[in-house]
Amino acid sequence: MVRIGIIDYGMGNINSIKNAVERNRGIPIVINTEQEIASVDKIILPGVGSFYEGIENLKRLYLLEPIRSIFSDSIPILGICLGMQLLGTLGEEGGVNRGLNLIEGITRRLHPRDNSERIPHIGWNEVNIIKYNPLFHNIPDGSDFYFVHSYHFIPDNSDFIIGITPYCGLFTSVVHKKNIFGVQFHPEKSGILGAIMIDNFINRI
Amino acid sequence: MLKIRIIPTLLWKDAGIVKGVGFDSWRRVGPVLPALKVYTMREVDEIILLDINATNENREPDYHSISEYCEECNIPLTIGGGIRDSTSIKKLLRSGADKISINSAAYENPDIISEAARYFGSQCIVCSIDVREHVDGSYECYKNCGTLPTGKDPVEWAQRMESKGAGEILLTSINRDGTMSGYDIKLIRSVSDVISIPVIASGGAGNPDHIYQAISIGKASAAAAASIFHFTEQTPLEIKAFLAAKHLPVRMIKNTVII
Repeated sequence: MVRIGIIDYGMGNINSIKNAVERNRGIPIVINTEQEIASVDKIILPGVGSFYEGIENLKRLYLLEPIRSIFSDSIPILGICLGMQLLGTLGEEGGVNRGLNLIEGITRRLHPRDNSERIPHIGWNEVNIIKYNPLFHNIPDGSDFYFVHSYHFIPDNSDFIIGITPYCGLFTSVVHKKNIFGVQFHPEKSGILGAIMIDNFINRI
Repeated sequence: MLKIRIIPTLLWKDAGIVKGVGFDSWRRVGPVLPALKVYTMREVDEIILLDINATNENREPDYHSISEYCEECNIPLTIGGGIRDSTSIKKLLRSGADKISINSAAYENPDIISEAARYFGSQCIVCSIDVREHVDGSYECYKNCGTLPTGKDPVEWAQRMESKGAGEILLTSINRDGTMSGYDIKLIRSVSDVISIPVIASGGAGNPDHIYQAISIGKASAAAAASIFHFTEQTPLEIKAFLAAKHLPVRMIKNTVII
């Protein structure tokens, strides 16, 4: 079975991810040290909270460099919600802060076009597949996933955008660059289709 | 397109689910865990679970039970009841809650909302507002499970909570609660018109048309309901089919793949 390291940097949500990994034939291991990162097969970077607090917590745990080195080690990593945003170069939540810079781009606040588009973007919305990826195996184009966020990640290079979602215009909801994956929604809270996606990450990537 | 959410509310008291009328005369409905399992299996859009005794008994949330409940849920779960500070919010999020509903504590210390929003992000902070309509037609916010008047006007209070960083307003009419006579559309609209965060309508749903009105006239982003699910044959899915027929965006589980 695949050993999935879930990075615990004090930003909530650890149990939901742990349960989801267990339900989908992975062995969840909650980790927060450099040594532990080196000992797992794949990594999930979860996260509920602000970009500033998230990156500060990773710094405090001396995890920035170990996570960056994952890229050259080619261990698959999946960033979820704030975890996806932290993969980028910069984030504008809580002042402008540097992220992990694994995928070049910036995280900005969503801008509603009228009062019917409320922020935070909370609830089920579709993901339109731009580029096929094993992460989407058995997931029909346009399936609904659960979102709960006010900021969104804008990659500099659109080649890394593999899924988009219609809200406040269109925003990037799934990114992929080599061994780095990011989803803005919460697959661990998106019912059966979310479970399929987590299973894909664990067993097909 | 973002879908309208239909949210079953589970009121939790002394280890069981209860439901009352006007925040009173509580009736036992059944144990918590089987109810959560059924809703999870049916893939409802979201669940709200409120421990309605915690604040009045002056105790903290029951983290142990909550983390057991969260284990059963692969759909979004909002937890409320007994939250006093950032520490209890952090513990609940770590137990697996996706959003935290804060009610009474916000009246005692409105900065709990700003503090929580700054640290955990607005998106997981739900401000729950329980409103009583007085005989003269005026509205007033109540705390401690509807037992204590606060002197606050719901429209002003919702605006203040938004400015403090709340990510969502769960707006409950105490008068309509459990009556199944329809939501207080006027109340819902008066709040949703002046804020730009989502409003969850609550209190009074008795049929699918009530929910349609809360969304189309009240401008709510979601509808929470309890009695209609506890005491009638209606399911969240049937309500969504009704809304879909009226061209409201809802999530039908049609594209689910069985593997």
